[in-house]
Amino acid sequence: MIRFKNVFKAYPKGVLALKDLTFHVGKGEFSFLTGHSGAGKSTVLKLIYAEEPATSGSVQVSGYHLGTLPAREVPKLRRRLGIVFQDFRLLEDRTAEENVAFALEVTGARRNVIQPKVTRVLAQVGLAVKAGAYPRELSGGEQQRVAIARALVNDPFVLLADEPTGNLDERATRGVFQLLRDINANGTAVLMATHDLDLVRGTAYRTIELQEGGLVYDSAVDEQPGKRAAP
Amino acid sequence: MTLTLREALLSFRRAPLLSALSVTTIAFAIFVVGLFALVVLNLNRALREVEERVEVVAYVMRGTPVEVVTVAMGDLQRFPEVASVTHITEDEALARAQKELVEFQGVFDDLVANPLPASLEVRLRPGFRDGEHVQDVAERLRGFRFVDDVRYGRDWIARLDRIRDLAAVGVLVIGGAFAAAAVVIIGTTIRMAVLQRGREIAIMRLVGATDGFIRRPFLLEGSLKGALGGIGALGLVYGAHFTFNELLLRAEFFSPPQGAMFLVLGTALGFAASLAAVSRHLKTVGST
Repeated sequence: MIRFKNVFKAYPKGVLALKDLTFHVGKGEFSFLTGHSGAGKSTVLKLIYAEEPATSGSVQVSGYHLGTLPAREVPKLRRRLGIVFQDFRLLEDRTAEENVAFALEVTGARRNVIQPKVTRVLAQVGLAVKAGAYPRELSGGEQQRVAIARALVNDPFVLLADEPTGNLDERATRGVFQLLRDINANGTAVLMATHDLDLVRGTAYRTIELQEGGLVYDSAVDEQPGKRAAP
Repeated sequence: MTLTLREALLSFRRAPLLSALSVTTIAFAIFVVGLFALVVLNLNRALREVEERVEVVAYVMRGTPVEVVTVAMGDLQRFPEVASVTHITEDEALARAQKELVEFQGVFDDLVANPLPASLEVRLRPGFRDGEHVQDVAERLRGFRFVDDVRYGRDWIARLDRIRDLAAVGVLVIGGAFAAAAVVIIGTTIRMAVLQRGREIAIMRLVGATDGFIRRPFLLEGSLKGALGGIGALGLVYGAHFTFNELLLRAEFFSPPQGAMFLVLGTALGFAASLAAVSRHLKTVGST
């Protein structure tokens, strides 16, 4: 479903963000992408949602070969992905409901399709009663739930979460993480970039660890936890 | 389309100050162009009025039979440059002089014979009232045997030509400069509006909006702002014209179709500036 093969990513000033990265994430899988700040976690996600191209190597996402994907096809790919960020990225002047509906409106969905879907996903993330609230009226955890609802509303095959709990307190973190697990239990793959090792250690989910842009550990490959892949 | 319209209208509510600034800037930019256009309009009208007085007078030798003059008038009227030919007899010339030069009434009373010659007054069609055509017609008039002399105010027409040329260059240079400045100012204000919504654009892209979809509300918003600015500019020009008329002298105002051009110009400028600003922004942040 998501396949990186010998991927390198270099930025204009010569900084090498990803080095010969190869991994595969299967359908419906929950995977953590871990590593220190600057390890390349966000770059991996950016490559998946085609925000940036790989310098070399190949990236495939659900049949899309991103190296040869025409620019006009990128929006179609993104409509099949759900993306969540640490800073929520909500539109401040729209209610929770409008923020979620927005993701459907850009696809040209009809109004009579939008409303029931929005209601359903807001209920799914536990925010049905706050549909009319603006982001500033919501807590951090609630704002992240709205962002997750927006990411879910197009029924994505994978949810990409870039440090989704990075701005949240412990209780909100647990709530959001449980929500992501529930989403995964319903069949949506989740690729979650995080440096919160407590969160990672408390579960048996797959962990892909990056260091200075290279893969140093993949629990799916290295059968025994603690055994490290060659850098 | 409903979504595009809703988004465009919402932008006015979300950023009322910036929207008002954009509309005001567009209004003042077009106002300056409009004011200049009004000056040009009135200058042209004044030039037209002066040009209408351009005529070539051919003095007819005494004793020329009226039949000869009548035949010549027929020939003259077939000249492409000629609008009308009027035959002023000797008696008519005297009567006109007595009427127009009342201060010389005593001189006219003492006359024993009419000293004034008959003449042919040739008026030219619009477009043929410049020095070159006037001289050409004058030369051809001199070719008639019964014509004694031809007068047409050579210096005066040459000066008129110079004024006309200056006005044309002025329209091109100053009008072009004002219009270019207006485009830059409008482009900058619309770009500010686009930058202010950079975050929104980024989110739209993340959720899968196409560049066309992102552009549409901005283009509509820019066009609406431009249209409002155009209407505002027309109001400002009318105000300036009204004040000028009250305080100084009567000047002509734009006809309704010319007035509608403010709306068209504003809309077009708003659209073009938005297109440039949003396209530049989308290109800067990476095209999808």
